[in-house]
Amino acid sequence: MPDVHSLVNDFVNQLKKRKIEGSQATAKQAAELLRSVISQQRVPQTNQATALINAVRAVGEKLIAANPVELAVGNIVRRVLHIIREEDLSLATAAIAGLELSPGSDDEDDVERDDYPVLSAAAVAAAARSTLRPPSLQTLLEDTPISAANPHTSSSGGDSEGKSRSVDKSSRGRKLKHDVIEAVNELIQDISTCYEQIAEQAVEHIHQNEVILTLGSSKTVLEFLCAAKEKKRSFKVFVAEGAPRYQGHLLAKELASRGLQTTVITDSAVFAMISRVNMVIVGAHAVMANGGIIAPVGLNMVALAAERHAVPFVVLAGSHKLCPLYPHNPEVLLNELRSPSELLDFGEFSDCMDSASGGGSLHVVNPTFDYVPPKLVSLFITDTGGHNPSYMYRLIADYYSADDLVVKRRPATGS
Amino acid sequence: MGAPKKSAARVSVSEDHDELVRVPLQAILLADSFTTKFRPITLERPKVLLPLVNVPMINYTLTWLESAGVEEVFVFCCAHSKQVINYLEKSEWLSQPNFTVTTIESQNSVSAGDALRVIYERNVIQGDFVLISGDTVSNMSLTQALLEHKERKKKDSKAVMTMVIKRSKTNPAIHQSRLGTDEIFMAIDPNTKQLLYYEDKADYSKGTLHLENSLLADNPSLSLHHDKQDCYIDICSPEVLSLFTDNFDYQHLRRHFVKGLLVDDIMGYQIFVHEIRSDYAARIDNFRSYDTVSKDIIHRWTYPLVPDIMNIGNTATKLERQGIYRGSEISQSQSAVIGPFTVIGSGTKIGNNTKILKSVVGEGCKIGSNVLIEGCYIWDNVTIEDGCKLRHAIVCDGVIMKSGSVLEPGVVLSFKVVVGQGFVVPAYSHVSLLQQPIEEDSDEELEYADSTSAITSTVDKTDGVIASKVLDTHFIPASELGFGGVGYVWPKCEGGHEEEWRHSVAPITEDKILEAVKAMEDELELIHDGKNLPLSGELIPNSNDDSDDDDNDDSRDDFDKEVEATFLRAVHENIQENHLTLEVNSLKLSYNKIAADCAGALFYAMMKYAVDMPHSSADSLVQNVEAILTKWKKVLTSYLNDMDEQIEVILKFEEMCLESAKEYAPLFTKILHYMYNEDIIEEDAILSWEDEKKDADESDRVFVKQAQKLIQWLKEAPEEDDDEDE
Repeated sequence: MPDVHSLVNDFVNQLKKRKIEGSQATAKQAAELLRSVISQQRVPQTNQATALINAVRAVGEKLIAANPVELAVGNIVRRVLHIIREEDLSLATAAIAGLELSPGSDDEDDVERDDYPVLSAAAVAAAARSTLRPPSLQTLLEDTPISAANPHTSSSGGDSEGKSRSVDKSSRGRKLKHDVIEAVNELIQDISTCYEQIAEQAVEHIHQNEVILTLGSSKTVLEFLCAAKEKKRSFKVFVAEGAPRYQGHLLAKELASRGLQTTVITDSAVFAMISRVNMVIVGAHAVMANGGIIAPVGLNMVALAAERHAVPFVVLAGSHKLCPLYPHNPEVLLNELRSPSELLDFGEFSDCMDSASGGGSLHVVNPTFDYVPPKLVSLFITDTGGHNPSYMYRLIADYYSADDLVVKRRPATGS
Repeated sequence: MGAPKKSAARVSVSEDHDELVRVPLQAILLADSFTTKFRPITLERPKVLLPLVNVPMINYTLTWLESAGVEEVFVFCCAHSKQVINYLEKSEWLSQPNFTVTTIESQNSVSAGDALRVIYERNVIQGDFVLISGDTVSNMSLTQALLEHKERKKKDSKAVMTMVIKRSKTNPAIHQSRLGTDEIFMAIDPNTKQLLYYEDKADYSKGTLHLENSLLADNPSLSLHHDKQDCYIDICSPEVLSLFTDNFDYQHLRRHFVKGLLVDDIMGYQIFVHEIRSDYAARIDNFRSYDTVSKDIIHRWTYPLVPDIMNIGNTATKLERQGIYRGSEISQSQSAVIGPFTVIGSGTKIGNNTKILKSVVGEGCKIGSNVLIEGCYIWDNVTIEDGCKLRHAIVCDGVIMKSGSVLEPGVVLSFKVVVGQGFVVPAYSHVSLLQQPIEEDSDEELEYADSTSAITSTVDKTDGVIASKVLDTHFIPASELGFGGVGYVWPKCEGGHEEEWRHSVAPITEDKILEAVKAMEDELELIHDGKNLPLSGELIPNSNDDSDDDDNDDSRDDFDKEVEATFLRAVHENIQENHLTLEVNSLKLSYNKIAADCAGALFYAMMKYAVDMPHSSADSLVQNVEAILTKWKKVLTSYLNDMDEQIEVILKFEEMCLESAKEYAPLFTKILHYMYNEDIIEEDAILSWEDEKKDADESDRVFVKQAQKLIQWLKEAPEEDDDEDE
């Protein structure tokens, strides 16, 4: 246990000090951390799912508070919670299906539950299998918190279920943990391979002799463009440098070294160039539930320019960037103001900031992110394929449970 | 010296053998500034625990050390050591993985030197270490500086210290940095980055700076800076500790140690500098720097050490538009206004129509209605009743301000002071429940006196005595702060009064700056001296000079002024001609001018002097001119070897006639002729001047016309000469 504790603290520290850059790295580390939290969490006889969920929530809350702007952390926490719920549900349905044959001694326990007596076990199992359809998933998941929220009833139920099932239970507990860890491993795998999956689709989107514009640097964009290049497509890339961090320079260097015809332009030249561009391809920091994106600063301007000239604005985002939250005042609340020293040299301007002798009127604002509203985004390319911004809510329903949108322990423990 | 040197050498050798990574990076954090600039607050709480934007200062330093990769920190506690240790024990710092914080307590250390000697005796420092005081805020990355230090060390074991400096312009009028510290002059070898000279207490009354001759002789190049800020972050080799032990009179890190090393050349040890550019580092030395650094933090120069990320004490602070930082659970009236760049701590209540501008308000404060708070630092649990006005003040924990009371700029209210109803606390006053220690003359005295140790120790002792008396004084109703007020207004010490405005949180008022500029100029007037390098020209920006001079002089540059001043002094003090020539020559070299400039400037000075001399009529003016020209002819002609230079003089004369000295206009030809007769100007020069002017505007040709007769005569005369020759 102390081992996990120190791991968590370490990660929180890193998040706090903004030492981890990039949402993919963050997501991966968060998932790995949660995996070890789950594997070290002791599971009680009953309510394994609740115990796991509470453990993950406790850690998740800390991680999210450490850097609320890095949405990927919250996404992963919610994904893991969702995985636990799903695994628990599929085990439960399997168990119920197995118990269907046993005599109706269960019925007296189930009187307190509203839904189970109505639904036959087979129906529940069937519903669980068809998890892909969001509405049915939703109704199914609404059941779990009831069982989770009433530990006494179900534990008493477990007791009354007698010795015949106790052996079953312990093995099921181990199985749940095992399944969850398997699923989290899959998630980690997904996160690390999301580049390739997105890049695979490159040929479908980039055509011969097209001109592509991008801003700043994104690993996903780099892989995407290179994948198209490998498929013998020849096209040109304009890279806006992405002031003030100028990561576009790095991208341009990388692209040029891989033999792509690359042109670097200033951010302010984007509008002038956009009429020559066939498609804008950019990466995002996070994709919000309404289909808007949080992206490196300057992209809203690019999106507006693209809209003006009817140039498709394509956003590449791995599914770990998909955030189930709706943006509220994203320019401020989901933004991070970095040090002004990225913009100007402190020494040169220090006299303008000498508030003592009345010169302190210089302020420098250096936001990291822009919010691009959904109407400016033409297409999302995720590891599961291309989607419209308006389709995001369905993807979210696939990946997250509605109960996990607020990752705080208070509502869970308070009930 | 032998033993410590050997051990030091062994350490460096072992470093070479071992992997460099294996030696844990250590740091010494001095949790005591060994000064009294934060009095009266520091009588009750150590400086490192004072909140800086609602977070105790030491947290900034420790956070930085941790993120910079330091693995082991020794916190040296002296004054109020119990408080520091208690604080650290309660905080999370003692239980961090990969980051050990150890406290070292010493009651009788009175200076940084003593502290380092104690640490040396403990024998805990194994390799290179970072020396920092607990009031430093930085976000710099140590990697580069450390690397440079280690490289240098490998090449030359005498490189014992790397000082971190940062460029920051100083206020030229009052010779003070943004941080309220004195302007520092540093001479640095631009190639090796070796520090060659360090002076933080330059004597401005002379306007000169004395560098040792050997400094210039030994170093092929050195650059002199006055816009560098000392960050007080030093990377030191273990030798530094032994140096302090060997030289037991070293007290102050800079004044004794750095200067000692530079001046006395002890064992050939060298100090280098590392300049940081995009990173931030600053030390809080006085109330002014407290204000400046707070503002830098709010403006996010210290990112990621900013209120919304630091989150010490589990209260989340959110950053809103326009740089407003808000803690949680603030109850704020609808009509209250919170201006940009303000921090409000959690649990604070703000009443109706209250305005808070550019201030920091701590946690759990109660602020009434119709209160104005501007540029203030209000700490935790302060009660401010209705209608109070606070401007540029520091208000410590638990202060109560009764309704209608006013704090004027620069006020410092120490812990739990009560300001009476409607009482106006005068500007720059320090108020405390404790009385001012009597032994103290003034902060500055104490800071810079050589007998620092003696004074500080007595003061420290009295601190203890006074602290024990707190309870007694608490119940005495002090009438000094109005009805119901509690606390003593500290009398201003005579020496310190002048410094108050320099170091307080209040902005420096315009008239103070003007006063300072004026005082400096007066001083410079008195000692204007051509022999020294005219530092004045660099130190006073031109704008200040010009405003005091005639409008006509705007176009003239410093050089002309210097020449004129030199000439006038020569006249008044009867200096010999060749000496004057020598001085003008030195000016010429220092300003990188050519002979023509000298001639022009000198001529200008002479003519100006002639005009300024009393004269009744045009004739007497001409006589003046003739007298002066005759007297100083040799000086002038020494710069008039060439025709160009002579033309320059004529042009200058013309310019004067047109602009600064119109009296000469009618006398132009007369004086020109005189100069011709005296062989100051040759006829070729006059002719080519006329030639140059041929195509000029009519207005420009006024004097050519006036001199037409002379020119005519000149033109004829040489022809005759030629004829004769033929």
